[in-house]
Amino acid sequence: MHGLTPERHEPQGWVRHEPPSRVAPARPAPPPQRRAAPRDPAPSRLAYRLHRLWLTPIIRKLTRVGLPAFLIALTAGIWLSDETRRAQISGGLTGLIESIQNRDEFMVRMMTIEGASPAVDRGLRAMLPVSLPASSFDIDLEELRARLLRLDAVESVELRIRPGGILSAVVTERVPVVLWRHARGVELLDKTGHRVASATSRDVRPDLPIISGEGADRAAPEALLLIDAAGPVLPRVRGLVRVGERRWDLVLDRGQRIMLPAENPLPALERILAKDRINDVLGRDVRIVDLRQSDQARVRLGIDAQNAIRRVRGQPELGPDGAPIQQAAATARNNG
Amino acid sequence: MRDLYQGQRAMRNMRRQAMQRGVIAVLDIGTSKIACLILQFDGPGVFRETDGVGPMAGQSNFRVIGAATTRSRGVRYGEIETMPETERAIRTVVQSAQKIAGVRVDHVIACISGARPASYGLAGEIALEAGRVTEEDVARVLASCDVPDFGRGREVLHAQPVNFAVDNRSGLMDPREHSGNRLACDMHVLTIDGDAAGNLVSCIRRCDLELAGVASASYVSGLASLVEDEQELGSACIDLGGGVTGVSIFIRKHMIFADAVRLGGDTITTDIAKGLRTSHAVAERIKTLHGGLEATGRDDRELIELGGDTGDWETDRRSVSRADLIGIMRPRVEEILEEVRGILDAAGFDYLPSRQIVLTGGGSQIPGLDTLAARMLGQNVRIGRPLRVQGLAHSATAPGFASAIGLALLSAHPQDEWWDFEMPAERYPARSLRRAYEWFRKNW
Repeated sequence: MHGLTPERHEPQGWVRHEPPSRVAPARPAPPPQRRAAPRDPAPSRLAYRLHRLWLTPIIRKLTRVGLPAFLIALTAGIWLSDETRRAQISGGLTGLIESIQNRDEFMVRMMTIEGASPAVDRGLRAMLPVSLPASSFDIDLEELRARLLRLDAVESVELRIRPGGILSAVVTERVPVVLWRHARGVELLDKTGHRVASATSRDVRPDLPIISGEGADRAAPEALLLIDAAGPVLPRVRGLVRVGERRWDLVLDRGQRIMLPAENPLPALERILAKDRINDVLGRDVRIVDLRQSDQARVRLGIDAQNAIRRVRGQPELGPDGAPIQQAAATARNNG
Repeated sequence: MRDLYQGQRAMRNMRRQAMQRGVIAVLDIGTSKIACLILQFDGPGVFRETDGVGPMAGQSNFRVIGAATTRSRGVRYGEIETMPETERAIRTVVQSAQKIAGVRVDHVIACISGARPASYGLAGEIALEAGRVTEEDVARVLASCDVPDFGRGREVLHAQPVNFAVDNRSGLMDPREHSGNRLACDMHVLTIDGDAAGNLVSCIRRCDLELAGVASASYVSGLASLVEDEQELGSACIDLGGGVTGVSIFIRKHMIFADAVRLGGDTITTDIAKGLRTSHAVAERIKTLHGGLEATGRDDRELIELGGDTGDWETDRRSVSRADLIGIMRPRVEEILEEVRGILDAAGFDYLPSRQIVLTGGGSQIPGLDTLAARMLGQNVRIGRPLRVQGLAHSATAPGFASAIGLALLSAHPQDEWWDFEMPAERYPARSLRRAYEWFRKNW
């Protein structure tokens, strides 16, 4: 226990010296240093106002979008204001486009035409706006098709550019089925009445029936039906005449004429042909069969038939001009 | 009183504009710090269904999108002393709050804590001609309150109708459409020093901000830290601020009295600085870190390094015991509470049904204050923290932000003031068009 507090048991006679009473010298005072003033930030009035301005939505939008857009537009405008630069740019652009369009893959080298007669073939080739070989970008198929359809002989055409640089045209030509004679000449019409070609004369196509009269081309389908229906008398048919752009006259040889009504001419024709089969109406001396009134057929007799009737009745006969021959003159001639 | 009426109505219009824009700033200019909250109003009930939040006191229809605080400069006893310094401080705090919020604010609601508030209870009474209370009668009875002489240079900060009575039915919140022959009202008027208010207004104007309202700091900290029952049953809110200790008394959800003691936390700091011969900053640090009010045996042994930068080693190496510090702080806090006691006695606080006392403000964080206050003011004492509002950072939920948060609540849910009612036609000058219009409206 004693070892824990050694001071209490100092040896006798040992005088404990108190340490000299003096103040320890203070450490040399550090040189007085200027402390920085406590940081006390406050925005200046200008900074404050600018910050508020920046937080205004419209100013913000103008600065973020409007100003850059304006600067870009201004730079581009100044740069493009030089004439040679503009020409350079446009020339370069055109050259680039052409170099791409004239690549081998886009070139069209030949044109094949199917289903066209030699004359139409030649016409089609002549109508191609560019000379082959040409780039397929230069050929406007829609416009070319519209141009080809303007040919009367062509009913429809199918145009496409096949791989391998072939411009393929599949043509359907119009088939002439009837001849149309009108004041300006003779034309070939197809079954819809559309012009196919002109003919120099009727003898070019003796196999086709002939129609005539103004507006006959518009009624050509009806004419074809009538011609079909006129089968029994077809060898005698000379043609159909459109009268007043309204109705048809069927003209037979020997100057016979069947006047058909404007409405429903086909049943009327079939009726008269049926009568002809029974009574041989058309084989007799009949000049005109008038079917214009729908309920009955009227017949104008020929001059010989009229004279036969007149002779039986004892009436004076008719001359070729349709006037009665004077009995006196006849007797004088007989007597003379 | 007409100028006041027009001025306050102009501020109300400004507030309405701010509500339409949806953004308003709240500025609490205190003696030790300036706080700025930027509120965004999303319209009522935006977050209600999902969060299960009821309408409460109107705090559910806004959220805080920016909060900033800075050391106050040039403010003493809650009044602006050095205008350029205060302007700089306002610029700092508004700019940093704007930076956080990312929006520009133009309208600001401010509160003023000092400026010697004085509270008046006014009473008015009119006879009802129609036998039924109409909207105009309310305005008329408010205008009929006999106004005492407030003194020179005083301005009315709040004029709130507190109570209405029709015949002998008193305690009405909303007397409209009541039948009766006589309408009486009680109005609470709070006046402050006009020059101090003018300084505040011009300081805010110089920061390019529009003032949309001014409120008393003791009133708004009461709004923030008293719960609804306390406001209803009668309680006092004591806001221990930096330069001023505000007292406000609430009953039936209305403020009926407000006053301020020109002593506060800064006074305590000054005492410490004087008593320990240290700088103000050191005294503030010691008070914040080691301060207390109840000395125990342990406090004698707890030594606090004072520190310092005088350059004198002896001076800079001093240390004091915490008991010494408590010995300096306690008398000053006692003095403050005695003053508060005096104010409460003068206001008749003892006659309220529930004598709840709520301590808030930065000074309420001193350890041991609740014990001391309970001994001096009465048994029902609690330390109040401000109400939670949406979007507020945790650092800004301390008791020191009670008045800023209360101001935010007030701006979301303003109390009816006298100038919110139409002025009765008799108060307009003769020959005024408005008077003719009112006459036509009344008689046709």
